[in-house]
Amino acid sequence: MSRHTGLQREVLSLYRSCLRAVYRKPIDSRTHFKSFVAREFRKHATEVDRKDFDTVEFLLRKGKRQLEVYGDPNIKRMTTAAG
Amino acid sequence: MASLRQPTLRLLASSNIRRVASPTIFNTTRSLATLAEGEVAQKKQPLIKKFSIYRWSPDEPTKKPQMQEYSLDLNECGPMVLDALIKIKNEMDPTLTFRRSCREGICGSCAMNIEGTNTLACLSRINRDASSTSRIYPLPHMYVVKDLVPDLTNFYKQYKSIQPYLQSKEPAPNGKEFLQSKEDRKKLDGLYECILCACCSTSCPSYWWNQEEYLGPAVLMQAYRWLADSRDGKSGQRKDMLDNSMSLYRCHTIMNCARTCPKGLNPGLAIAKIKMMMVQSA
Repeated sequence: MSRHTGLQREVLSLYRSCLRAVYRKPIDSRTHFKSFVAREFRKHATEVDRKDFDTVEFLLRKGKRQLEVYGDPNIKRMTTAAG
Repeated sequence: MASLRQPTLRLLASSNIRRVASPTIFNTTRSLATLAEGEVAQKKQPLIKKFSIYRWSPDEPTKKPQMQEYSLDLNECGPMVLDALIKIKNEMDPTLTFRRSCREGICGSCAMNIEGTNTLACLSRINRDASSTSRIYPLPHMYVVKDLVPDLTNFYKQYKSIQPYLQSKEPAPNGKEFLQSKEDRKKLDGLYECILCACCSTSCPSYWWNQEEYLGPAVLMQAYRWLADSRDGKSGQRKDMLDNSMSLYRCHTIMNCARTCPKGLNPGLAIAKIKMMMVQSA
């Protein structure tokens, strides 16, 4: 039996593909991308109830769209406001 | 200046005599013509109609979608549902979000579900029965971007997949343009008028269940529009693309598409004609 539900597995797989996308970025801007990814996931993990499936599914769709945009090889730099 | 203002004042006075009970304050800077019009409109009893509108905001994803009610005086509003929506957005709630552009049924932006029917808000009259609430939802079975705005990304992707442009093997015979007989041009009537509002596709149960694979009535009708075009040279490839169990054959002639189309077209018939072409070429 799996430890995770299907939805949880989808979130984890999105997180993994985000991290993979980070490692395709130029080496000096990776920390910015990585902290952005981590921050987005952490924020929603604390704010959203894990049984609020509609919201989790919406955030998954939004995350996939963001990955598509930020994953573009033409995007090389990102700065995130601290805080 | 004084001579200019004089007739306005006189008109003001006479109208005040006729409507003593009405406490409405007149805007004296108005011109004569609009003043007279305004007078007629103000004589009508206010007709208060309730609109119940689907609200959801992506900024607060944990908040569930809900219906919000707005009351409008129909005598101070245009005749169409879009007029009412614009009035609500302008005067009552600027956060209400919907797509609109041409306000005359040619752009297909304001497609939404009004009182249970997918239609264009700009082409649908407000039901003047004030006792019933008018319910407005976004197009059914689509992801919502915000309030009445559906996510049509997949729909446009499908439209792109049928290559909706003329493809010819050779250049035009006279080097300028591809000519067409009047009869051949007539074959495109009832097809080219489609504005891709997605009303038909989102009313189709088959499309609801198989959105990822089934192309849906709007896109299939455009596929037929290019199959039926006498100038197009790639009908073989076009047919091959549709020749699988999902793209085309998920149409079970439910015909919701033809019933709901705000432009009065018949996508179901076009799909039937594609099926006929497939049989004839097989």
